[in-house]
Amino acid sequence: MATIESSLLNIGYLETLSYQQTPLHRLDPRAKLLTTLVFIIAVVSFGKYEITGLIPFMIYPVALIAVGNLPPGYLARKILLAAPFAFFIGIFNPLLDRAVLVQLGPVGLSGGWVSFASIMIRFTLTVSAALILIASTGLNAVCLALERLGAPTGFVVQLLFLYRYIFVLTDEALRLMRARSLRSFQGRGLGFKVFTYLIGQLLLRTLARAQRIHLAMRSRGFDGTIRLLRPLEFHLQDAVFFLGWSSLFLLLRWYNLPHQLGHLLTGLAP
Amino acid sequence: MHMADALMSPAVGGTMWAATAGLTAYSAKKLRKDLDEHKVPLMGVLGAFIFAAQMINFTIPATGSSGHLAGGMILAILLGPSAAFITMASVLTIQALFFADGGLLALGCNIINMGFFPCFIAYPLVYQKIVGARPTRGRILLGALAASILALQLGALGVVLETFFSGVAALPFATFLLLMLPIHLAIGIVEGLVTAAVVSFVWQAHPEILALAPAAPAARGHSHKPLWLGLALFAVVTGGILSWFASSHPDGLEWSVKGVTGQEELAAPREGVHGALARIQDKLSFLPDYDFKKPAAEKQAEKPESWPEISTGKSLAGILGAALTLLLTGVIGLGLRRYCSPGKG
Amino acid sequence: MSHHLVEVKDLEYAYPDGTKVLRGVSFRLTHGEAVAIVGANGAGKSTLLLQLNGCLWPQAGTVRIGDFPLNKGTLSYVRRTVGMVFQDPDDQLFMPRVYDDVAFGPLNLGLPPEEVEDRVMQALATVGAAHLKDRPPYRLSGGEKRAVAIAAVLSMSPAILVMDEPTSYLDPKTRRQLIELLKTFKHTRIIATHDLDMVLDLCSRTIVLKEGQVVADGPTLAILQNDELLHSSSLEKPLCLQGCPVCQGRKAPAD
Ligand SMILES: Nc1ncnc2c1ncn2[C@@H]1O[C@H](COP(=O)(O)OP(=O)(O)OP(=O)(O)O)[C@@H](O)[C@H]1O
Ligand SMILES: [Mg+2]
Repeated sequence: MATIESSLLNIGYLETLSYQQTPLHRLDPRAKLLTTLVFIIAVVSFGKYEITGLIPFMIYPVALIAVGNLPPGYLARKILLAAPFAFFIGIFNPLLDRAVLVQLGPVGLSGGWVSFASIMIRFTLTVSAALILIASTGLNAVCLALERLGAPTGFVVQLLFLYRYIFVLTDEALRLMRARSLRSFQGRGLGFKVFTYLIGQLLLRTLARAQRIHLAMRSRGFDGTIRLLRPLEFHLQDAVFFLGWSSLFLLLRWYNLPHQLGHLLTGLAP
Repeated sequence: MHMADALMSPAVGGTMWAATAGLTAYSAKKLRKDLDEHKVPLMGVLGAFIFAAQMINFTIPATGSSGHLAGGMILAILLGPSAAFITMASVLTIQALFFADGGLLALGCNIINMGFFPCFIAYPLVYQKIVGARPTRGRILLGALAASILALQLGALGVVLETFFSGVAALPFATFLLLMLPIHLAIGIVEGLVTAAVVSFVWQAHPEILALAPAAPAARGHSHKPLWLGLALFAVVTGGILSWFASSHPDGLEWSVKGVTGQEELAAPREGVHGALARIQDKLSFLPDYDFKKPAAEKQAEKPESWPEISTGKSLAGILGAALTLLLTGVIGLGLRRYCSPGKG
Repeated sequence: MSHHLVEVKDLEYAYPDGTKVLRGVSFRLTHGEAVAIVGANGAGKSTLLLQLNGCLWPQAGTVRIGDFPLNKGTLSYVRRTVGMVFQDPDDQLFMPRVYDDVAFGPLNLGLPPEEVEDRVMQALATVGAAHLKDRPPYRLSGGEKRAVAIAAVLSMSPAILVMDEPTSYLDPKTRRQLIELLKTFKHTRIIATHDLDMVLDLCSRTIVLKEGQVVADGPTLAILQNDELLHSSSLEKPLCLQGCPVCQGRKAPAD
């Protein structure tokens, strides 16, 4: 996370994206959250050597990116940034699983490569679904949806608090770092000792801030519970969105569209 | 190390989600009962602190690489187990949503690996035992180091187990474990040193702050209840996955066990592939020869039988079809964007 | 309306780490007054304000708000009566949206949703921030944050407004707007600040705090013209009272 400075800017950018007014943005957050979950489960439920069956699932991110007016290049970059772990674990598949699984004329493709490709496709699908959820909904609405769907209020409130103060505290951390780098020469002053002072300083400020926030809350009658007042309405279009996509996922899960298309094509050819 | 959706099976993901949901509900209830209302803002702000602290890095001497704080242990020390667990869960949720670290299905795994182990195991069993009621610099160092190492080793073990039971990655259990544990030993040592240094710093500047946190679980004897509950839950969950796997996917287990015994001869992969092919066949038998097929199959000469043997024609059809699907998807996407953007204004 | 009354008697306070901050502070404010509390950094202004609604409890002395002494039993009454605007709006605006934040207090009062809605919109309109209601607080400018923080307090309809450095970090125009806004309030206003020009403009009375004690309490104009007092309290005469050196220089070159 060396580039966390820029990735935090990304938090702000993702939120900016969520302020748009498209048909996708206007949907109830619960519909989007549940659809995302169904999508992810459908994708990961495929067998490890599945590739063709996964391809049609691309329609979900593609359609949402189009309707939600989201920037595909930016999302692609975010997906790439997150890729190393899945890649690192998946790349062992071709090394360990060498038996030929698919024969394309003279070229034999080993099971390892097939399953590796499958992992990377799953990765792209699941990660893009999560990013699209947040870019089209915003964290605050996702939290509200979570609460309505039965997540413990204590947890949801923490999520909201955390998100609220990320912006304030990263600002503070940036100032500390700038102060350090302005006075560090030839890499001196970047070591462990100074680091712990900075973190300790930041922690002390954070604790003091938490105390002040608590005072501000108590001044306005806080008694231990936070009340969220915001109506959510599940309209017909939300139900259509959820049920429509979910049935499409089920259909694609059991019915391998590319195979049928391929057969159709090769059948047409002499 | 974040577990990723792409390496998960729904069964493992679902089980870990259930475990996480249970632990979160338990912790939230515990917090409500403790009536520590000052913790409400403190937890959220400390969660944000973890993010901010990760921006500040230091160069590890002689390596040129840089390290930073991961956070679970320091949260446990400042907040106590339940509050730290909830805070860590929200940190990981934000990471999953905004940085695509992990993913939504893997979130349950990640919360167990990086929240449960430090907060409910390493902190009460190791850190508190070593540091006790009267901290000294040395004890803090020893406690933080030992607890962080344990937490990260357990977390790494969690990742390996979850990957193994998901059966998507081919990495054999033992190899994977041998790969993960040493890496996480190093990470754990760094984490422990940072945690110790920061905790000592705070302890010297404001000793009363540290006095606050351990005071909460210091209601001794009583405090082990959540721990045992957590451990029992973990055992049940792990046992559940194991038995589920053993009964419904014997080939998956067999395949992985073979990996553990480490055969490199030609026979082994063939065996492995055999198992895998059998599974594919098994799954493809869902592909119906009737019903769905009719509209598309009109012009088809050959019968699309299932796919156990390697067939050039079949693969070609698959690839052609996939390409066509992709093309279609792209066209639909472009069309939608065309259609939606001007109307939106 | 006696609930606009504030009386502080022989207040003493030390922080848990032993820092003695207030050493016997006394004053009495009546209905509708605008009072400034001034003094050097660390004089104890913020600490004093926190005593007024029970955020901190004095070790000695009493606080009276309206007809009641401040104690555990009257705490919720006092918190409803005394609205506190904190120095850093980021500490006060902790909810995800401006609307939620302004609604936080009324909801805690247990008001019905329609009443909450009314109060929120009215408070936001008063400070001219109705258009910000759906924005998250971290996306506001400094001036907007301050306005919303004030609205968050107004929505509880307090009789007394307590503000800690309301004009810090504001640009001149926003500062001016805030001062004009505060002038329109009929509340008893207690303002801790270093902005002596604002004090002159807004507050009829000024209390000077030094090392935890009241060293002066009287009409603003008299206090701000007392050079000796200002100097010994690490304060400086506001520019508009210093006279303009440029124009003065033209009129009386000899001086
Ligand atoms: N939480 C705390 N713990 C210990 N000491 C504190 C705390 N808060 C403030 N103090 C000390 O109390 C004294 C008075 O602080 P206070 O914040 O009331 O001053 P102030 O008059 O508001 O100053 P400023 O003009 O800088 O805002 C200072 O010496 C400060 O160091
Ligand atoms: Mg102050």
